[in-house]
Amino acid sequence: MSLLELDDVKVHFPVKKGLFFDRTVGHVYAVDGVSLSIEAGQTYGLVGESGCGKTTLGRAVLRLNDITDGGVVFDGTDLAKLPSEEMRAFRRRLQMVFQDPLGSLNPRQNIESILSEGMAAHGIGKDQTERREKIKDILAKVGLPSNALSRYPHEFSGGQRQRIGIARALVLEPDVIICDEPVSALDVSVQAQVINLLEELQESLGLTYLVIAHDLAVVRHISDVIGVMYLGGLVEEAPSDALYAKPRHPYTKALMSAVPVPDPEVEDRRERILLHGDLPSPANPPAGCRFHTRCPWVQETKCATERPPLLDTGDGHKVACHFTAEIEAGTVKQTLATGIEAVTGTETVAAEAVEVSEGETETEVPAADAPEKAPVTVPAQADADAKEKAAAAEETGAKASDATDVEKETADATDEASGATEKAEGSPKA
Amino acid sequence: MTILTNKADKIDRLAELTQSSEAVTGTSLWREAFRRMRSSKMAIIGAVIIGAFVLVAIIGPWVAPHGPTAQNWRSEVFPNQGKFVGMRGENWFGLDHLGRDMFSRWLVGARQTLLVGVVSMLIGLIVGALVGVLSGAAATLGGKAGQRVDTVIMRFTDIMLSLPSLLLAVSIAAVLGQSLTTVMIAVGVVQIPIFARLLRGSMLVQGGADYVLAAKAVGIRRKRIVLTQILPNSLSPVIVQATLSLATAIIEAAALSYLGLGNPDPAIPEWGVMLSQAQRFFDNEPMMAAYPAVGIIITALGFTLLGEAMREALDPKLRG
Ligand SMILES: Nc1ncnc2c1ncn2[C@@H]1O[C@H](COP(=O)(O)OP(=O)(O)OP(=O)(O)O)[C@@H](O)[C@H]1O
Ligand code: SF4
Ligand SMILES: [Mg+2]
Repeated sequence: MSLLELDDVKVHFPVKKGLFFDRTVGHVYAVDGVSLSIEAGQTYGLVGESGCGKTTLGRAVLRLNDITDGGVVFDGTDLAKLPSEEMRAFRRRLQMVFQDPLGSLNPRQNIESILSEGMAAHGIGKDQTERREKIKDILAKVGLPSNALSRYPHEFSGGQRQRIGIARALVLEPDVIICDEPVSALDVSVQAQVINLLEELQESLGLTYLVIAHDLAVVRHISDVIGVMYLGGLVEEAPSDALYAKPRHPYTKALMSAVPVPDPEVEDRRERILLHGDLPSPANPPAGCRFHTRCPWVQETKCATERPPLLDTGDGHKVACHFTAEIEAGTVKQTLATGIEAVTGTETVAAEAVEVSEGETETEVPAADAPEKAPVTVPAQADADAKEKAAAAEETGAKASDATDVEKETADATDEASGATEKAEGSPKA
Repeated sequence: MTILTNKADKIDRLAELTQSSEAVTGTSLWREAFRRMRSSKMAIIGAVIIGAFVLVAIIGPWVAPHGPTAQNWRSEVFPNQGKFVGMRGENWFGLDHLGRDMFSRWLVGARQTLLVGVVSMLIGLIVGALVGVLSGAAATLGGKAGQRVDTVIMRFTDIMLSLPSLLLAVSIAAVLGQSLTTVMIAVGVVQIPIFARLLRGSMLVQGGADYVLAAKAVGIRRKRIVLTQILPNSLSPVIVQATLSLATAIIEAAALSYLGLGNPDPAIPEWGVMLSQAQRFFDNEPMMAAYPAVGIIITALGFTLLGEAMREALDPKLRG
């Protein structure tokens, strides 16, 4: 049995109107039926575009949001139905690291107070002296000086603040930590350090992680299993390597096609998939397959009427699409134009989609067309990286996870993201 | 209805100032505001006026050259015949209709006026803050029932806000009868809905902050979160409002005294009462009204200037 199991979790926010008596006029279907399980000691990476409900799902696990329906079974106990005082006790074992490091620290509390508050609430440590010792211990573990205790959040840098956030979770000795975009607010150079810290802590303390990100590059490295979310639901879930080797859901394919490959030759042949239109509103999600308004392979049958369940297609690779096998076999063709531009990161996908939908002519540029080569110009360096990485991989075995490695990857991704955006703006004129 | 929206809007905008603590943090927020205020003419003028007023209020009764009630020059003044005594070396502000030294009365009256202003403001602040905390706590952490409590309280304060404040104060004073306490209560009650709405709005803004969620996530109890996390971070706009309220409280207290609802005891001069007494002789001796009137206007101006300067200094949109 898994340590944490979500069973068809739904979080619907009521939309209210009215002056004297609030009437519910509709719902935002932020999370709409997510089932997943996380094994002890593993890392589950949850990826998806902004607004798809990742944060809401993460918060639902800790019951920081009301859960509309479904179960959150942690170590055999269904948290969704727990009375609030019992839930409070469980919070010690389930902790969260927040997206905004500064916003999640009370500006008027010093670090000692921030860190000891939770301990006191759970009766950890006899007195403040004992708690202080423990806090010093943890501060050392997360790489903060012990004189940080009497200082205030604004006196620290972004990376240090996130370390404080991590320390706040650690002092309670949790089993599971939910990291909600733990590095997206940080400088690229610091991102790798924090990711590495999370990884080290997992090894030394045997932690289980749910890591949320909108950027595939961030979760790729540390996740055992990755789930891809679209508009409140999971569309694909697979062991990390399998997902990267062979994404099967059209949405994942589109996301992946946006990630540049370090090898320039592969990069040239890479098929790019452009998503059409905007992310639909979670207050009014499309019927049938949530993705059918933007799916390049959308079919006339089923797609708009039946919601595809998340089914195992073998080896734990789960996909929610009616036509997985057909798309793979090539018997079902792309129905909407694709292969326009290299795009990086979900945000760029969205940005481009908006641009196209704003009425500019949609040009079909073959994958290897001249302006396409732009990302390949960054690559003198990317090439070197690739070689270096290969060497490193040989040396340290399959899992090359040293600091520089992650750092480069993220840095590259960002570099090229800006490159891709520039090109995206230029291309329709070409 | 426009009165309602104007007042309420103004309060809500002030409440949103707490958000600024996200941009610039806690202690440094006020330090930064203070730095900005030091270069603001408005703040400096306001502070100087308030400083002078408070100084006069404190030392006034001791430095007053004559007793405020001593009718030393009774024989020189004949109000019935229109015979008054104006400024002169012995009596800087002249004499009043009973032959008392106006300057001494003015000095002693300053303390009384400050007292009325501060006490009225405190009544409004304390009761309003309690109501606001209750409402804000119910709204942020009380679930469905809490939200209903909050709605009821807020509709009630909206109704109070929609009444013209002086009318409300006069009605309360009329019920309670003529006395200094009456004035303070009446003026204070008018301030209650302002502070309540302000603090509640400010708490709602803070209640949605990530650090509150984080406190909940580490297992701190609701009540503790409200008291130790949300409340301390919600107070900046209340401090601004308290300063602005001193100005309105002083004016409204004076107005009530002027209408004859103030302290009936002539032994204790107060600017509002002095103004009311001067009214009868305005045709012959307008200066008798001018001294207390100018005192009231200038002090109210001082508090308004300082309050507005604070509001500006705290506003993240204006912060450079
Ligand atoms: N308290 C709330 N009330 C109403 N709607 C909400 C609430 N919280 C979130 N939503 C909506 O639910 C949807 C999902 O939000 P969520 O924050 O979970 O997205 P996300 O995937 O974390 O996005 P991001 O990458 O921007 O953090 C959004 O459309 C958001 O507007
Ligand atoms: S079910 Fe249809 S619309 Fe949905 S992903 Fe599959 S092909 Fe596309
Ligand atoms: Mg989020």
